[in-house]
Amino acid sequence: MMTQSKPGLSARAKAEIDEWLKKYPADQRRSAVIPALHIAQDENGGWLTTELMNEVGDYLQIPHVAVYEVATFYSMYELKPVGRHKISVCTNISCMLADSDGIVRCLKDRLGIEFNETTPDGKFTLKEVECLGACVTAPVMLVDKTYHEKLTPEKVDHILSELE
Amino acid sequence: MKIEIEIDGKSFEVEPGKMIIEVADAAGIVIPRFCYHKKLSVAANCRMCLVDVEKSRKPLPACATPVTPGMVVRTRSKLALDAQKAVMEFLLINHPLDCPICDQGGQCELQDIALGYGSDNSRYDQGKRSVKDKNLGPLIETEMTRCIHCTRCVRFGREIAGISEMGSIGRGEDTEIGTYVEKSLTSELSANIIDLCPVGALTNKPFRYRARAWELTQHSGVSPHDCVGSNLHIHTRRNAVMRVVPKENEGINETWISDRDRFSCEGLSSPERVTSPQLKRHGQWETVDWQTALQTVVEALQDVTEHHSADRIGGIISPNATVEELFLFQKLLRGMGCHNIDHRITQTDFHYQQAMPTYPKLPVSIADIEQQELIVVIGGNTQHEQPLIHHRIRKAWDNGAKVIMINPVDFEFNFTPTQTLLVENRRLPEALTGVTRCLAESQQDTEIAKDLLQSVAVTPAHREVADALLSAKAPLILLGAGAQNHPQAGLMYALAERMAQLSNGNVGLLTAGANAAGAWLVGAVPHRGPTGLNVSKPALDVQRMWESELPAYVLFNVEPEHDCANSAKALKALSQAALVICLTSYKTPAMEQYADIILPIASFAETPGTFINVEGRWQSFQAAVIPKGESRPGWKVLRVLGNLLSLDGFNYVVNTEVTDELRSLATTNTPEQPAGPWRYPSHLPTVSEGVERFCYWPIYRSDSVVRHSQPLQKTPLSETPVVTMSPQLAQRLGLEAGTEVKVSQGGDAVVLQVCISHRMVGDTVGIAAGFLETAGLAESFGTVKIERI
Repeated sequence: MMTQSKPGLSARAKAEIDEWLKKYPADQRRSAVIPALHIAQDENGGWLTTELMNEVGDYLQIPHVAVYEVATFYSMYELKPVGRHKISVCTNISCMLADSDGIVRCLKDRLGIEFNETTPDGKFTLKEVECLGACVTAPVMLVDKTYHEKLTPEKVDHILSELE
Repeated sequence: MKIEIEIDGKSFEVEPGKMIIEVADAAGIVIPRFCYHKKLSVAANCRMCLVDVEKSRKPLPACATPVTPGMVVRTRSKLALDAQKAVMEFLLINHPLDCPICDQGGQCELQDIALGYGSDNSRYDQGKRSVKDKNLGPLIETEMTRCIHCTRCVRFGREIAGISEMGSIGRGEDTEIGTYVEKSLTSELSANIIDLCPVGALTNKPFRYRARAWELTQHSGVSPHDCVGSNLHIHTRRNAVMRVVPKENEGINETWISDRDRFSCEGLSSPERVTSPQLKRHGQWETVDWQTALQTVVEALQDVTEHHSADRIGGIISPNATVEELFLFQKLLRGMGCHNIDHRITQTDFHYQQAMPTYPKLPVSIADIEQQELIVVIGGNTQHEQPLIHHRIRKAWDNGAKVIMINPVDFEFNFTPTQTLLVENRRLPEALTGVTRCLAESQQDTEIAKDLLQSVAVTPAHREVADALLSAKAPLILLGAGAQNHPQAGLMYALAERMAQLSNGNVGLLTAGANAAGAWLVGAVPHRGPTGLNVSKPALDVQRMWESELPAYVLFNVEPEHDCANSAKALKALSQAALVICLTSYKTPAMEQYADIILPIASFAETPGTFINVEGRWQSFQAAVIPKGESRPGWKVLRVLGNLLSLDGFNYVVNTEVTDELRSLATTNTPEQPAGPWRYPSHLPTVSEGVERFCYWPIYRSDSVVRHSQPLQKTPLSETPVVTMSPQLAQRLGLEAGTEVKVSQGGDAVVLQVCISHRMVGDTVGIAAGFLETAGLAESFGTVKIERI
């Protein structure tokens, strides 16, 4: 029953999780699972391994399966390796009315990949997501942690060209 | 203050805070449901229980709507029925409707409710989703496409089993119930999710495709594996036990049973069952008829009485035997003039036996355990020894009770005890003395056992336990197998009693086997006859019987190599004996060596009988099937032997006459008061040096039926024979995990692999009993020498 310490959560990540834990009552450590998973994911090149999720569970003293439940529920967690940049396009009602289909077509064309695929050079991963909460500036996509709003195919080209 | 509500035109006075569905269930008003279960938290996610509540704009879920004064509920109005039918239609969209090939068919909540609320055709014409099956281990079969996501199994893990292994993975249409990573469920209660599952997603794996629900006949039974006495429904077809499910009994097992209770029946059809009487002639086993076998037994026993004397016979009987069997066993031997009778096969110290009550009985009922304020468990891995008592302890903990464990191993529990006092096995008496000293000093009552108490230095851990005991109103102290089997069991029991006296608490024994209470009551002990009357000439306890190397032994449902403490001593005694008679359901390789006569007796579910559980409750049951092959119910075999030996009082026709006789003895006999108060030694016995063995029976090695259940042997809880030690000890001895070592004790030695666990403490090593591989050690709790081979 010994948990082997594997290369996983760094001391810095744990310190960061501790900061979040301060915001919740001491007996409610599970409250920090969402930020903790973000921290773990960021440190691991944008995706979560089962071992990392287990480690988050152990650190928060919650069952492993409770972490899996959260990580599989939210689209912002990745359970397989992703490219350096993750592009999440909204196709919900407001964006759809503002021609998100055109944006999606443009992205697929330029990148040469379908949803949930990564470009062969490992630079981009394309994802379809539900409402990003920016309907007023539809169509919208999220690139890594940056919102890009009122998109046009030209704007998309420009954004893609700016990314390393 | 009760409030009045109306359901379907009937008025009810109910407690505020109750949900509509609880009131309806109590009144027998049927509301369909899938996710609601009275023993689990309310999830309200299936929506099947929608009902029409007056003044509400829309139907409300009956499981999650608390009653309010003057509430008017209609469960069968058009609004309610339309809502229920609409939910049903949605639930069936993705359900495969593969009832003809589904094991749940005929006993399925979805099928039943669909009959009442479903449509006979579907408006849904698109593809149904299919879900990959999960492998949950050897006990539970999955067909996850059938799952309707009620989450009962998920909540069961969290709330009852205390170990979260199942979860809702993904979301929306992609939600799946599973473990995410492939793993076998490890809870000792895991298979209850089979009963909870309202569809055929989780079914009984060993039972799969073996029978249809409507082909089965249901019999009531009582579990023969622990002192809880869980109530069972035994399902049979054509004289075979097909499966076992719980029978609800709120006071004992609620709606649950342990996996051991459920799957032990798989051991009944083992090829190692003995199905006909057998005699060893010139070293060869011969199958004979009953008459020959019984005649041989009678002549052999008479021969022993003539050439030696009756008190040179050792009678050893399993604590899992029924009251009837135990009573007749002692009556038979005592009728011949032999008092060497014992059922305490796992124990090694009997100093306390005069101070025992007529029979051990918990000071509180099983149900009341969950109301306790403080529970102190001494030497107990309750989760594995008595799973459903442990469930009550966990409920108490969940209700805010303190639970303290005083143990030689940091057993893994499904909750974190308030305090765990870990000491080497040989230092358990010292720990109890330390706690008692703290209590005595706080209560200024230090005269009793003064010298003993003075001989031990108090540690902060002792004080912490004592403080908890003093601050609780009526603490409950429970002695588990580790305390009862301990070489200082008597002293530990005495100290526990003293701790209870000083803290206004009570002591209870969590006894071994299903019927230790019955065994004490009928006098299956060497110093007392039925109903606790002392016998004129105290005789040999089980350990003395082994040490005395008697010429004859009669074993009733006991495999000494697996079942007895100090097994090598037992095997040595048996191998030198001129006569060993085994009344048994299974034949083991060792038995072929030591036995001379084997009489096949009925196993679990094959015999009528009575068990008295740990709270003193008598539970009688009928046989569910006729015994396998030529085996006969044990009580009948003993009755015939009594008659053949021309003993008085063996003319029983039915087994209830035996219990009637015992009951009438109990009303006429007044047993003498136990011989207390305890005599305390002036100091603790000297503690040995070096590595010491701690002997325990793993959950699935507890008795012969369980050991023969293949599905149980394949679970993650099933153990292998190893020597378990702390990382520190392993380092000191220069051993790694997996190293083969020679474990020796005097002249005896066994070869085992090393297992390293941080749950072990000091120089105590865990070596389980119940395995042939470990049977070669003579002292269950003695020092051992460990050498690399």
